[in-house]
Order: sequence, then structure tokens, then C-alpha cells
Amino acid sequence: MESARGEGNLYRVAAALLVLLALTVGLSFVDLGRFNFAAALTIAAAKALLVAYYFMELNESVDAVRFMAAAGLVWLGLLLSGSLSDLITRR
Amino acid sequence: MSTTQRRPLLTDTSAVAAPYTDLEQQREAARIGMWVFLMTEVMFFGTLFVVYFYDHQLYPDAFASAGGRTELWLGAGNTAVLLLSSLTMALAVQAAKQGRGRALLLRLLLTMSLGSVFLALKGLEYARHIHEHLLPGAAFSYAPAGLARPAELFFYLYFTMTGLHALHMLAGLVWLTALALRSRRGDLFTEVEVAGLYWHFIDVVWIFLFPLFYLVRGH
Repeated sequence: MESARGEGNLYRVAAALLVLLALTVGLSFVDLGRFNFAAALTIAAAKALLVAYYFMELNESVDAVRFMAAAGLVWLGLLLSGSLSDLITRR
Repeated sequence: MSTTQRRPLLTDTSAVAAPYTDLEQQREAARIGMWVFLMTEVMFFGTLFVVYFYDHQLYPDAFASAGGRTELWLGAGNTAVLLLSSLTMALAVQAAKQGRGRALLLRLLLTMSLGSVFLALKGLEYARHIHEHLLPGAAFSYAPAGLARPAELFFYLYFTMTGLHALHMLAGLVWLTALALRSRRGDLFTEVEVAGLYWHFIDVVWIFLFPLFYLVRGH
């Protein structure tokens, strides 16, 4: 049944999210130097993508919705890179 | 036309509102509208994230020290609670899609319960931090004293960002309550779906707040 398979998929996504949570907490106890923060943010991005793609149904959304999501990411990227480039080039 | 007659809500799928030609078109418009709103929320929280990254880059030692003072296990537990609430919310959308009123009500109540647990644990954390004089302001005190000023900045960001996130959760709980009260109606699909998008987005914001305030620690 289509809907039952859809719900099973939601459970699998939730399980993957909890595994990623355990992974990021575990990694925080390992001393990776400055890569601790980068690793934690990378795992956060992976979790966010899972939520957006499956729970927020970007996987079955019309192009206009995907375009909005992409536009938001681009704006955020400009905001972050524009502001932080000042800090990085100051040294 | 009587003045007491109300226009159908955009998200009311029992009737097609002007200017839409059919329910599917109306549903897509509601979804696109919600995404547009959520992208303004990206800018809202994004600004605060910029401030965090900026200050973290300026004071890495103080942020690592202050990050060690937050409640890692409460934060991790709360992250799990919120991820599970996203699962029950996604399941609620499925129930609404299939017109299963009882399942919808149950799944909305589960989502609201998990959301309430999250807020309760957050309140417990706040109480502990205030007790430990970590609330920025006159009572703030921090050792080592050399890191006190940038550590206060860390906790200013902590309370501001998690506080604004909690306010969004509170608004979500009110929204879900309104939906639960009407869950016996069989045609709530679009309304539940749009509320679900909001709920998941708040989850995504927390997914990024968690490493910023709980996983930044010294070794």
C-alpha cells in the first residue's frame, strides 16, 4: 500500500536522524581540534537536509517550492560569506 | 451578499477560494506561501547565526569554555525529543491526507506532548543557568575572570537564540492546539500540512542551535 510505505519511510528517516545525533554527540568527546566544530556543523547540515527533503516533502514538491528553498539558502550564504569574509581577511 | 458571510480561508479545503480554480492549485499556493514565510524566517535566524559565527571566530577560547557550561545531555535529549516530534508531525500530515480523524488527533497530541517536554526541559536548563549566575546582566559572574566578558556574550547569544526558538515552539503549540480541536473534520489536509512545514522548520533551526551551544567545548 502506497501510504503504508510512505509512513515506513518516515520512520527510517527519523531513525537516521537519531543515529546522526548520537554520532555528533560522540564526536564531541573526540579531540579533533578545530575540526570538531566543522564536523558538528556538517552533521547538522545533513540532518537539516533529511528533514527538509523527507519531512517537509521537498522530494515531492513543485518547482516553485524548491526554488524558494534554494533562494533562501543562497541569501543565507551571501549573508554568512559577506559578513565573515570581513573577519577572515582582517588577520 | 450578507456582511456576516466569511470568505473561505486560503487553507480551507472544503471550498475553493477566489482566485483558485481547483483544490490542488489552492493547496500548492498555500504551500508556496508557507515556504516564502519560512525563507523570511531563515533571514531572521540567519542574522543571529552571523553574530554567533563572528563572535566565535573572535573569541574561540571563551566560547569553548562557556560551551562547556551548557547542559550537554539535556540538550542532546531535547534534540531527540524534537526530532521525534517531527516524525509524529509528519505522521499527522499522512493521517490528515488520508482523512483519518482519530489518527490525526492522536498524532497531533503526541507532537504537542513532545513539544511541551522540550519546553519544560528548556525551562529547567534556564533555571539552572540563572542559578549559576550565567544570565547576562548585573548578576553575571564567570570564572576564569579573564574570559568573563566574551563568555557573557556567549550566554547573551544562548538566551536570545534559544529563547526566540522557544517562542516559535510556543506559537507552534498554539497552532497545533487549534488544529487538534477541529481534527474531527475530515478535510484538514492542507491546514495540517502547512502547520507541519512550520513545525519541521523550527526543528531545523534547533538542529543548528544544538552544535553552536552544546557541542562547542574544550578538550
